[in-house]
Amino acid sequence: MTTTTLDRTAFLQPSPMTLMGRYLRRNKSLAVGLLILLLLVLFTANGLATVDAENAYPLSVKTKQVPSVEFPLGTDYYGRDLYVAMVVGLWQTALIGVLAGALGTLVGVVLGFISAYFGGWLDAVIKGICQILTPIPAFLIQVIIAGSLDKRDVTIYTMAFVVVLLAWMGPTLVIRSQVLTMKERQFVAVAKLSGMGDLGIIFREIFPNLLPFIAAAFVGQVFFAVFQSFYLAVLGLGPLREPLLGNTIWNANGASAFFNNWWWWPMAPAFALVLILGSLALINMGMDEIANPRIRRTE
Amino acid sequence: MTIQVIVRRLLFLITVVWSASTITFFIPRISAKNPVRERFAALSRSGGFAPADMEKIIAAYNTKFGLDKPVLEQYVDYIASIARFDLGVSFNLYPKTVIELITESLPWTFTLLLVTTILSFILGNLLGAVAAWPRAPQWLRAIATPFILLQGVPPAIMAILLLFFIAFRLKLAPLGSAYSTGVIPDWSSPAFIWDVVHHQLLPALALLLGSIGGWVLSMRGMGITIQGEDYVNFAEHKGLSGPVIFKDYYLRNALLPQVTGLALALGTVVTNGVIIENIFGLPGLGRVLGAAIGSNDFLVIYGVVLFITIAVATLMVFVEFLYPLLDPRVRNE
Repeated sequence: MTTTTLDRTAFLQPSPMTLMGRYLRRNKSLAVGLLILLLLVLFTANGLATVDAENAYPLSVKTKQVPSVEFPLGTDYYGRDLYVAMVVGLWQTALIGVLAGALGTLVGVVLGFISAYFGGWLDAVIKGICQILTPIPAFLIQVIIAGSLDKRDVTIYTMAFVVVLLAWMGPTLVIRSQVLTMKERQFVAVAKLSGMGDLGIIFREIFPNLLPFIAAAFVGQVFFAVFQSFYLAVLGLGPLREPLLGNTIWNANGASAFFNNWWWWPMAPAFALVLILGSLALINMGMDEIANPRIRRTE
Repeated sequence: MTIQVIVRRLLFLITVVWSASTITFFIPRISAKNPVRERFAALSRSGGFAPADMEKIIAAYNTKFGLDKPVLEQYVDYIASIARFDLGVSFNLYPKTVIELITESLPWTFTLLLVTTILSFILGNLLGAVAAWPRAPQWLRAIATPFILLQGVPPAIMAILLLFFIAFRLKLAPLGSAYSTGVIPDWSSPAFIWDVVHHQLLPALALLLGSIGGWVLSMRGMGITIQGEDYVNFAEHKGLSGPVIFKDYYLRNALLPQVTGLALALGTVVTNGVIIENIFGLPGLGRVLGAAIGSNDFLVIYGVVLFITIAVATLMVFVEFLYPLLDPRVRNE
């Protein structure tokens, strides 16, 4: 009797990179979203390395120039180079988005866990606050907060903070409902019976299973932070000197850019925001598929 | 719906209104900024000189507006004045009261938002339902796709893109404002009314295109779930015609959660309306708010925000009261 030895490598898992590549080929919206985001990051990084950031502020270059080789996106009424303003603005928008997104998700995860895992009066208070705040348009309260700040104190960081103050309810409710269902699962019961403490169960049993939801909540929070800080800036509540994308549109609107034929002024930031928010929405849709295995497509 | 439920919802509404007024009262007081001083500082900056006894004037105005009383006393006065629908006066357009500013601008905002929200709700839900309906022709189902892709674009950005392509390049619509410059408002003349409608088309389109995708997406998801339900299968086995199943079995049930969605979307609708009015320069609540922010007119900012918040919360509760009309199960409870 002969035994054949099989080539072991034929059974080995493909490398993680290959697996990820295959997954992205199936999950088109995630792939396209990540690609757009990557291009935006490259554009910003390349810009930050090559331009003089001072030109993003007023009185640095010739005013009201049509886009040309020297000024790829033109210049505005106040003498900003709009290409440099775009680079710095994208960087600042990313900073607000990631900061506010991370903080909001963190607060949401902590409150959601406390509320669902310990229950009782804590749960009632947290849930009650979320319910009362739901019918109140968060943006208008942000207008009040941002409007009460001294104009000189408004920076990129205070903007991120103002956005976070009213953005944690969404993730709190999502995480809360997920923990509530997970806490009834058998593996948690087994862990409890085997004598594991509360913290052990939260961090070693429940938390790893929640990671896809937390990641999805984070992307959603970044989307909202970009969106809300953009709207605040369009109303003139942003840090007025900074070339934040919303500020550029507020400036252009205040100077009646279209009436005066300076059409390039608001157009570039508008397109940039379409790309940012579009890519985040696509990534969010793709993440949904990871978090909800039921709608996951097979190869 | 029982009396108990109605009372519970109304109590909830009162809690929300009270919380909103408390937030709008305390947040500005946490900051060190004094609105009266701020206003005088702005005046002396633009006027180029500061009166010698400015501190005395500021103190006098602080007394007049009750800003020198203890915070708790101010709070009680404030809640009492809200109950009387008194939101104070505008610093910038004195002696106009905040309520006067709101009543003047409200019809513009209300009409624009009502028309666009209803249109986007109906169109979006129909498109979404058709997109998930397997018997619909392929071309009809494909219409929904571009709207889903547009869903990530906020109406404010849509507004700028439309202004550029339709108003600036093609010159098919005006670049903003409520009616042509130099025209005297006369609501009895059809020409003036057409002029107003013509100016509202682009803002309405921006709001519509920016919000329709959300309805399409959620309705399509809802529709896919409902198709697997037993009652839809049963209706098919009974041999009912496609349109009857679509209308009475499929659409009617899929619409119920969408009505709750409509109530939850009201805050976003108002937010988008505020920004759109500022971009197009339309005379509405949003423009009043934008102008007040630009001129540090604090009482107007707080008043308009509080008014919109109360309006949204009230509408939300009333949309929930609509629910029994649509769902017989709730009606008979």
